[in-house]
Amino acid sequence: MALPQSESARLSGSDLTLAYDQRVVAAELDVRIPDESFTVIIGPNACGKSTLLRALARMLKPRKGAVHLDGSVITSLPSKEVARRLGLLPQSSIVPDGITVTDLVARGRYPHQKLMRQWSRADEAAVSEAMRATDVSELADRIVDELSGGQRQRVWLAMALAQETPILLLDEPTTFLDISHQIEVLDLCADLHEAGRTMVAVLHDLNQACRYATHLIVMRDGAIVAEGEPAGIVTPDLVAQVFDLRCEIIEDPQSGTPLIIPEARRQVRTTA
Amino acid sequence: MSIRFGPWSVRLAPRALVVALVLVLVAFTVTVAAIATGEFTVSVPDVLTALFGQGTPVAELIVSRLRAPRVVTGLLVGAAFGLSGAIFQSLTRNPLGSPDFIGFTAGASTGGILGVIAGGTALQIAGGALAGCVGTAVLVYALAHRGGVQGYRLVLVGIGANALLLSANSYLLTRANINDAATAGAWLTGSLSGRGWDHAIPVAVALAALLPVCACVSRPMRMLEMGEDSARAMGIRVEGVRATAITVGVLLCAVATAAAGPVIFVALAAPQLARRLTRSPGVTMGASALMGAVLLTGADLAAQRVLAATQLPVGVLTAAIGGAYLALLLRKDRH
Repeated sequence: MALPQSESARLSGSDLTLAYDQRVVAAELDVRIPDESFTVIIGPNACGKSTLLRALARMLKPRKGAVHLDGSVITSLPSKEVARRLGLLPQSSIVPDGITVTDLVARGRYPHQKLMRQWSRADEAAVSEAMRATDVSELADRIVDELSGGQRQRVWLAMALAQETPILLLDEPTTFLDISHQIEVLDLCADLHEAGRTMVAVLHDLNQACRYATHLIVMRDGAIVAEGEPAGIVTPDLVAQVFDLRCEIIEDPQSGTPLIIPEARRQVRTTA
Repeated sequence: MSIRFGPWSVRLAPRALVVALVLVLVAFTVTVAAIATGEFTVSVPDVLTALFGQGTPVAELIVSRLRAPRVVTGLLVGAAFGLSGAIFQSLTRNPLGSPDFIGFTAGASTGGILGVIAGGTALQIAGGALAGCVGTAVLVYALAHRGGVQGYRLVLVGIGANALLLSANSYLLTRANINDAATAGAWLTGSLSGRGWDHAIPVAVALAALLPVCACVSRPMRMLEMGEDSARAMGIRVEGVRATAITVGVLLCAVATAAAGPVIFVALAAPQLARRLTRSPGVTMGASALMGAVLLTGADLAAQRVLAATQLPVGVLTAAIGGAYLALLLRKDRH
């Protein structure tokens, strides 16, 4: 499939073979994350989408091929240097016992700190800005353990934001959240994208992906089946090919993006 | 609370600072009390002048030769155990990850018993303990290693090793002759009695060498408590940090055990007590070290003076005092 070579991409992977122990998840994968895009990776369970994201975030060492950041092989760069350019919100993190919101968000400044410079004015400013952007300033002194799921996810996002990286990767940021909190988190991601960040997220919901992505990467069985602007690539054929689902596609009345309506097998509307 | 001075800056929790200060004061008080009191009472001014080398010959003998080395050994060994416990509890994210539970202390005991059987000089016992502790750690690490060491695997393998080594220790004691068994039994409870400068100095050297490493590794370790992915995303070289921390933790535990025997409970209780007092998230190294020093010297003072007639070894008291205090704090916990 033709890649949009004209667009610049600070983050890319070439000829990636990704595997856990002996199980190969994806082979000979080429991927480019267009700069300043909101890229969403989507596909059925076990298609390798999270694995790809983990490889891009240098959490998983490719068996073959390499991930490049700003022209260098990512593993050849100092890890703290990478952490100043590329952030990751992992699928699950452990909340330290009894930590307050401010203290957790402040930990996002680690890549910018040194042993003798642990809390500069820039650190302080970045933390309060990250908390303002994610609307958790009012929770500043609360214990993270005691927050709701949606609040907690916003706090983790604030921590990733405090890292002040131009590229931010999110591994299923909406899982375990109810619908209103899902939209809240995705709206926040869209705001961050608009403010100039390159965002990359793995999502489950195809409709949400179509709504928020400026660049969609559709995967199945460890391969990229299609990529591009959602309106240009999401067709009933593609959905059938990737998800084994027959559907109708209409225009989302809110956003004008493709809206997938799965074909009903049982509850067909009866016109009275 | 943030402190900035030119290009240097730190962020401090006032409460943690106060707790550290109080612990230093308590440690100092215990030290002076332990030196001043006993069969022959030395007045506090005499203690201070003798410590700085200008006392009467009698005071100097009692203070500098007999009592000070014992207290100083206690302070250093307690700090080393506290730090070692803090390191392993942080790595495993589990209070049961302390060296007394994952076989390191039991391994040191095995080495110590073998030292007693081999001849029983102080050097043989200390060397045996050192080798036993490090050997066990290498073995546990190797067995728990599977593409990096996961905290829970370290605990599981360690608990297995602990059980094995404890039964080996019992076997060795039953096979040893009665004198060796008695010597080994006394050593096994952990004691500070009869400790001189030659016990204190190796621990002091080890602490001086390892404390800077602890300082460098403590912030990455705090990040590691949030999970490997989070830590790696923040630019932490997870394997390097973990290997360094394990090495430092094992060395501290080994040196401390070689000096005072396998004193149990300090490594478990000190970090937990420190954490609850400072209310800081996760275990903190500095406060754990101070708490370890206070716990061990306090217990030793109580063992010597409060129960003067029996002269219990300090190991018996650390378990009793630390355990009771921890139970009290846990009861007051909101969680």
